[in-house]
Amino acid sequence: MDFTTFLWTTFAAFLTLATFSFLYKDNPFYKIAEHIVTGVAAGYFAILLWHNGLIPKLVFDRLEDGNWYVLWLDSSKPWYLIPAFLGLLMWTRFSMKWQWVSRWPMAMYIGISAGIAVPLEMSNRVNKQLYDTMATIDWANFLGQGSFNLFDVQSGLSQLIVFAGVIAGLVYFFFSKEHKGIFGGVATFGIWILMIGFGASFGFTVMARISLFINRMQFLKVWGLEAFNAAETPNPGHSAFYQIFFWLLVLLVAGYATLEIVRYAKSSVSQTRK
Amino acid sequence: MDIFERLMKLDRRWVFLFLIIVCVVTYAFDFPVPILVEPEVKAIFDFVDSLPPGEIVMVPIDYDPGSLAELHPMTYAIVEQCWRKNLKVLFTALSQNAPGMADQAIRDISDSLKVEKEYNGVAYPPREIVNGEDFVFLGYKPYPSIIILSMGQNFRLPFPTDYYGTPLDSLPMMKGVQNYDDVACVIDISGTNSTDYWISYGQGRYGFPLAIGVTGVSTAQYYPFYGSGQIFGIMGGMLGAAQYEDLADNPGLAKDGMRVQLYAHMMIIAFIILGNIGYFVSGRRAKVEGVK
Repeated sequence: MDFTTFLWTTFAAFLTLATFSFLYKDNPFYKIAEHIVTGVAAGYFAILLWHNGLIPKLVFDRLEDGNWYVLWLDSSKPWYLIPAFLGLLMWTRFSMKWQWVSRWPMAMYIGISAGIAVPLEMSNRVNKQLYDTMATIDWANFLGQGSFNLFDVQSGLSQLIVFAGVIAGLVYFFFSKEHKGIFGGVATFGIWILMIGFGASFGFTVMARISLFINRMQFLKVWGLEAFNAAETPNPGHSAFYQIFFWLLVLLVAGYATLEIVRYAKSSVSQTRK
Repeated sequence: MDIFERLMKLDRRWVFLFLIIVCVVTYAFDFPVPILVEPEVKAIFDFVDSLPPGEIVMVPIDYDPGSLAELHPMTYAIVEQCWRKNLKVLFTALSQNAPGMADQAIRDISDSLKVEKEYNGVAYPPREIVNGEDFVFLGYKPYPSIIILSMGQNFRLPFPTDYYGTPLDSLPMMKGVQNYDDVACVIDISGTNSTDYWISYGQGRYGFPLAIGVTGVSTAQYYPFYGSGQIFGIMGGMLGAAQYEDLADNPGLAKDGMRVQLYAHMMIIAFIILGNIGYFVSGRRAKVEGVK
């Protein structure tokens, strides 16, 4: 790792620790990290959209002479003018008098999206799921492939649980009849099924959050090794710089922590006096 | 104030502190934990493993740095397996910050192919990965639903050039490759809702074999599609990535993190049990004192 890369990696390590400092309480370090991440992401996306969306579709660079040409004036694609014009109309949002004009490109976009989405979403997210819910129970493979396996989602038992769960879940959301007797029992089973579903989602979410922390630990480990095993890097001459940057970082965090402790002690003393 | 009331009033920052200690300590000591491979992950591995050399596997990289922890290991394991087996990989990026992720993955995995390695008892000689021959990175375009639909007609419609500005027709790998009919499967690695688009607008419209690798947060919502056969495999979060690494005999960052996952989860479960005990006991006490 060269020195410049190490500098940026050190900055990333600082941002990592600054972000985690929010777990203690909101603080200036966290604010700095938050604003940098938001700004960089927005800037990156704007440039990416410009070069991957706008330029190739409306403008192209004629490599032979290096000049820029507007596509619709130079090529056989005059229809590109239409989306370009509609795109320009979006900017009327900033005028109180003309902002109604921006509804035209919006209407066009929403209309096209709905036209594409409705049949495909209906077919793939509703119909196919309905077919699967109503599938014939696989009695031959009722307990799972080979031996009993509760987690085999294609076993007959799983199909039966899905079918019963869907019906019971729908019953729970049927409020035109009081949840009493058999109907109430089915609704109760439905809420249990829903809770199991939410529990599975929550468990996965916890795993995802721990994963993020693990990744940051892995990153900090690599960064730490780079800092302290500087002799093994391609630029051992920078070893002293690595150490200086690391200890500066530690000093910064320790300084803030000390300030916090002093502030806390002062507030405790003043509360005791009251 | 007794122990149960204290439990109910515990400052959440103690929970954070305990969790950090458990994570750091378990990460500091390297010890293996058993990994149970699920059929939905094995299905993806078996599919890729059964492909003859030269086939094209499409890997859309649809995640940002925020999902890197869970999804990067999946990408690394799958793409390395493909390249070791002389399969070609077609990358796209349908999420705003994904091109950077894809670019980094391509460079890192290309480097790892330069040394000889042995996976599952088979030795693979080192090889140079060539852009345009072993892989093509189409790049990013906004509006994933429209892009997925137009790629079903021809990859050149949304992507006349690749990410690096080379026209697709001048890339050897893309000769005769028109649309999804010419790829063996699509394995979408996604931290966004682009997975929904790949299911509805891609697999649903064009019928190609689709597998997905998703973040832990959204894993549960995609199991119905596995049950209905719309996707042939699913990798969920870091656990799914670790299972794939285990199958590919290519331990990486996901497998490295599983011991931390195990003990962190055990600690969270312990806190949930303690919290519930505190809740029910203090609730019962309040009832009894109310009767008095």
